[in-house]
Amino acid sequence: MSAGAAFDDRTAIYRQIADRLRDDIARSVLSDDAQVMSTNQYAAFHRINPATVAKAFQELVDDGLLYKRRGVGMFVTPGSGERLRDERRSRFVLDVLGPVLDEAERLAIPVDDILAVIRARSTTAKGRP
Amino acid sequence: MSSSTSLTEPTPGGHALELRDVTVRFGSTLAVDAVTTTIPAGAIVGLLGRNGAGKSTLLRTLAAHRRPSDGTVRVAGEDPYEHERLMADLCLVRHDGDFNLDVSVADSIAIAAALRPHWDGATLDRLMERFRLQSNRTKVGALSLGQRAALAVSIGIATRSPVTMFDEPHLGLDAPSRYAFYDELLATYIAMPRTIIVSTHLIDEVASLLEHVLIIDRGALLVHEPADELRTRGLELTGPSAAVDEITGGMAVLSSRTLGPTTSAVVFGEDHGDLQDRAAAAGVEVGPIPLQDLFVAMTSQESVR
Repeated sequence: MSAGAAFDDRTAIYRQIADRLRDDIARSVLSDDAQVMSTNQYAAFHRINPATVAKAFQELVDDGLLYKRRGVGMFVTPGSGERLRDERRSRFVLDVLGPVLDEAERLAIPVDDILAVIRARSTTAKGRP
Repeated sequence: MSSSTSLTEPTPGGHALELRDVTVRFGSTLAVDAVTTTIPAGAIVGLLGRNGAGKSTLLRTLAAHRRPSDGTVRVAGEDPYEHERLMADLCLVRHDGDFNLDVSVADSIAIAAALRPHWDGATLDRLMERFRLQSNRTKVGALSLGQRAALAVSIGIATRSPVTMFDEPHLGLDAPSRYAFYDELLATYIAMPRTIIVSTHLIDEVASLLEHVLIIDRGALLVHEPADELRTRGLELTGPSAAVDEITGGMAVLSSRTLGPTTSAVVFGEDHGDLQDRAAAAGVEVGPIPLQDLFVAMTSQESVR
């Protein structure tokens, strides 16, 4: 498979690229003012049409997550990581927890059992060095 | 700035191609059926079709190797047929390379270099090394089919023609060579954007390189869309037959399979927002399908010929 196979062929590739960049910013893989790859570097590396890559980058520029410095490249707008994490926190219950609880209900898993798992996990997490 | 463009200068952006009702007949056989479309300058375009769909004939017509029976082809606004300067800008690479088999590899390269105004010798050298080919006195006829195919695509890339077309370049190339070809094609395109058309039915391999996709079947153009838009247009709906039939009513159903009470239908269209909700309410699952499957669904109807 091509390097482009890292992207699937079922949804628009520019959307997948934009989502990946957002993930990298939300996880601080790309931190404030970090320079992102140029569209051409990204295109050659992932074996993707440069126009497709440019469309994804432009979406993040329009969204205020990246800014351009003419002749230099594109950089992460300060505060973008926190902004994306805030957005994801506000969607967490609906997008992430909702489907889990729906499935638990279908399987008749008692709420207390689920809470026990969550508590045990958060204790372990706190106990980590 | 003068509005006239010199055809012999490097032309970042390449040439646009305009086709109007392009038709090619061989006797009573209709090989290309009234194709009308515009291929924008500087795009990488995939020409997809089954064997015998008319891809090669269409490319030969665009390359001015032949004249359409009806309709017009315009390259950079002009008729390319017997147009000497324009023809030097049109490069069609067929998988066997159209070589004179009695000519040496070195001379075959020298001929291409002499004919092509945008020839890039450094790129050719790099490609030859990558494909483990040598520019020497060996006759092209003595090369293996794979070597000949690699030589053909190497020369095609090195011409940096404002319109470069590859007809089924995968034929004859093994997998490592195909990926070398895709990499080099993209690298040289980034360095010097030009109009590139690749015909194939191996969509998975080239899909991510394409900006536009043309699908032809039985000579007729079925689809010309930006590749990323086409990716969002194929949907598969699976669920109780009656519910699937109701939801897909009025949509373009490309194929449909039924097993017992369940039907799975591939549709070509757009999700107008409420499709997911209507489907969920009726117990029908909706999922996107890959480009390759969409292509198969669109072109798999029984031939009526």
